Amino acid sequence: MTRYFLRRFATMAVTLLAISVLIFVVIKLPPGDFLTMRIQELMAEGDSAAAAKADFLRRAYGLDLPGWQQYLSWIGLWPRAGAYSGLLQGNFGWSFEYDLPVIDVVGDALGATLIVNLAALVFIHLLAIPLAVFTAVRRRGIVAEAITFLAYLGLATPSFLLALILLFYLNRWFGISIGGLVDPDLADAPFSLEKLGSITVHLIVPIVVIALASTAAMIRRMKANLLDELHKPYAVTARAKGLGPTRALLKYPFRMVLNPFVADIGNMLPGLISGSVLVSLVLSLPTVGPILVQALRMQDQYLAGFILLFVAVLTVVGMLIADLVLALIDPRIRFGK
Amino acid sequence: MAEPTTGRRELLDIRNLGVSFETATGPVQALRNAQFAIPRGRTFALVGESGSGKSVTAQAIMGLLPANGRITGGTIEFFGKRDGGAVDIARLSPSSKAMRALRGDRIAMIFQEPMSSLSPVHTVGNQVTEAMRIHTRASRAEAADAAMALFHRVGFRDPKAMLRTYPFELSGGMRQRAMIAMALICDPVLLIADEPTTALDVTTQAQILHLIRELQDERDMAVLLITHDLGIVNTMADEIAVMFRGEIMESGTRDQLLRDPRHPYLRALMRAVPRFHMMPGERLVPLREIRLPAVAEAPASPGAPRDVLSVEGISKSFYPRAAPWARKRQAIPAVTDVGFTLKAGRTLGIVGESGSGKTTVARIVTRALAPDAGRIRFDDGSGLTDITDLDPGRLKAFRRWIQYVFQDPHSSLDPRMTVEQILTEPLTVHRDGTPAQRRERAAELIELVGLNRRHLKRYPHSFSGGQRQRIGMARALALSPSVIVCDEPTSALDVSVQAQILNLLRDLQARLGLSYLFVSHNLAVVDYMADDIMVMCRGMVVERAPRARLFSAPVHPYTKVLIAAVPDLDIDRPLDVAAAGAVLRPGDWPEPFRIGPEPARSAMVEVAPDHFVRYGDAAIGAVA
Repeated sequence: MTRYFLRRFATMAVTLLAISVLIFVVIKLPPGDFLTMRIQELMAEGDSAAAAKADFLRRAYGLDLPGWQQYLSWIGLWPRAGAYSGLLQGNFGWSFEYDLPVIDVVGDALGATLIVNLAALVFIHLLAIPLAVFTAVRRRGIVAEAITFLAYLGLATPSFLLALILLFYLNRWFGISIGGLVDPDLADAPFSLEKLGSITVHLIVPIVVIALASTAAMIRRMKANLLDELHKPYAVTARAKGLGPTRALLKYPFRMVLNPFVADIGNMLPGLISGSVLVSLVLSLPTVGPILVQALRMQDQYLAGFILLFVAVLTVVGMLIADLVLALIDPRIRFGK
Repeated sequence: MAEPTTGRRELLDIRNLGVSFETATGPVQALRNAQFAIPRGRTFALVGESGSGKSVTAQAIMGLLPANGRITGGTIEFFGKRDGGAVDIARLSPSSKAMRALRGDRIAMIFQEPMSSLSPVHTVGNQVTEAMRIHTRASRAEAADAAMALFHRVGFRDPKAMLRTYPFELSGGMRQRAMIAMALICDPVLLIADEPTTALDVTTQAQILHLIRELQDERDMAVLLITHDLGIVNTMADEIAVMFRGEIMESGTRDQLLRDPRHPYLRALMRAVPRFHMMPGERLVPLREIRLPAVAEAPASPGAPRDVLSVEGISKSFYPRAAPWARKRQAIPAVTDVGFTLKAGRTLGIVGESGSGKTTVARIVTRALAPDAGRIRFDDGSGLTDITDLDPGRLKAFRRWIQYVFQDPHSSLDPRMTVEQILTEPLTVHRDGTPAQRRERAAELIELVGLNRRHLKRYPHSFSGGQRQRIGMARALALSPSVIVCDEPTSALDVSVQAQILNLLRDLQARLGLSYLFVSHNLAVVDYMADDIMVMCRGMVVERAPRARLFSAPVHPYTKVLIAAVPDLDIDRPLDVAAAGAVLRPGDWPEPFRIGPEPARSAMVEVAPDHFVRYGDAAIGAVA
């Protein structure tokens, strides 16, 4: 088990390194960079003091160096004296557009993104798994048919539209303030129970909106997989022992269909993050999605690079967790069969 | 409650039972007026081919019919409840508490596939103790104790370790033992065994049958044995019912039925089964014979037949996946020092159990695999030429001479190709003739195997298993090969269809002068087909002899066990189940056959003309 873990961990590190190269290459692909454009702008306006500062930044962040050196110093594998020290040293870089350290620009947004998406992930599983099991056991009942129909509907509804509708009616019926992750009155207040309550209430709409399509897809997939397993000999054996239908299903077929869903956890996080950009814009959620879009447009390379790498880390860590959980629940993987 | 029933002779009494399935094309009656009684403590066998309704009967008794099936009439009276009372299972709802109290507690079941019938993600201990934990108030520890006692009884050396073992760590026979322990944990009065040994090797089958019989005697338990194999019925059953298309054709005691079968179906079935000691030249009689259009048979060439295939000392090892930086990879020998010759127009049978290397040999001969060592020579009419190291171009040209018929007729035909496309594909690959000529050849081929030209435009799914196997044979014949490798060609088929296919193979051989390499685990089938037989065990040939000599005077202990383990149809020669086992590993063979651990030395010794036997290291040392 320890060997398995170590091997996975090593694979993860190598994967991350490869992803970071890709990210950097993609960001650098368009000609020029943020600062050269800015310097030209400032020179044209005759603001030489500002241009001098920009030029200083250029040198400090090594934008005048060849690409591969820039990459190494960004990653932090090649620290230079008096200059930017790099990611591995805990320095996430400078956002040229905001004129702030990257971490100050995205720190809060990352927190919000994590909260919203992890909550959505939990919501998806809590809702989809019981519903899938229910529809598989009672597949000819009215309720099961209704759930299946709703799942179709959920798959087909555009999420931003649903977001607008939900916002409108929740505000009208329950008086929940529109948009954001917390009531504007409490935004700058110190953390308190009241603020936590406000955040929770504000989370409802985004989570429902972000999670709906995935939930619907998951119900349908898990139900189909469960139905396939129900007729396998081991499921018949379980019933031949005298187990009741629900217990037999939960103990055997359900355990057997879990693997692909556990393996999916790693893939779901980045999907949710990129999928929730639109919803975040509509709901004016302070998540990282909108910032990323802007940063990519402006070639704010350290900001964009950091956010992309952050998503990559989430993915890879998610996969590591999925692998470990798989090994825990499936002895065939543990024993290398 | 009800009248005391313990004094009754019957345990289960089925009367006028009917079962129907709701299908897309309307209801299908799967069982009609079934009527039989299972006596306490005895074995009752339901015999029939696939689709005869024998498994449906078992499902009805267990209350485990598929969701679209239901009992349409009749009674299933069960006189074995815990309180001694009787109950009509046909009237119980399958999901009712009363039915669940019977399932797994009073009536237990074991299935055909010991691997897929056990969950791979739960330990054996967990699955075996489960029934006891549901049906009794036993604590976890009590259930574990009961399971360990049973593990010991069914033959596991370390019962305690079994509690924490996973099914995939066990061999097929061991898994079936675990299944038996699982079924018996609540001490049922009726055990339903649905083809319990069909997926197992003959020697393992003999051991499992022996075990079931012993356990039955110890526990005074009735067994409902469901099987297609009349040999097993002869070995195991006290009473028999023969089923055909949802109806019971004939029932009675074993002696009555097997000595004096009355119903034409049972008689036909008994004539279709290959058995030992058939008269020379005797032919199996399938239910429906395939008549080939009358053509003169190939003229017998004068003199002794030439060798078409000569194999000398081939070996092959496989290397399991290992880490790329691992210095040394552990080789697993699949085939060691195998040699034989195949004569023109003759059949060489290769017999062995799973893992014996027989399929690997077949694949090496067809050059689907390259041997690590040894030499293969083939004669395409211009003398023996070495085909061990052919370049790709000449290898392709060689392939037309040796063709393959596969075991599974379902997965060996592409479901998206019509029969015509399947039959013309080999011709297209070898650029034989024009498209029109190829289609004409396909029509010839399909008639050669007793099917009709009209079938050419159809897809494989519209054919039965036996017809598909004939299509597979027609495909193998497309390039007019001289050698056909038949790898278990009938083991997926029903007995009556098997007889049809075997006869067809013999007729085609006589007509086309083909040579067969016939691979099978079934000794009786090989006995029927082969001129010479080669017995393999653990990748080695242990004995090779002409057919009659191998059966009349086997020398090697493994050959003897293999012959003894086959359940025969002869009622006066019941299976000696106790003799099986013990000699499955070369290290356990008695001297002078024993082959010790590495570096093992052994050699084939000619004990009589054309009769070779493998002797172990000690014996060779003595000779040398």
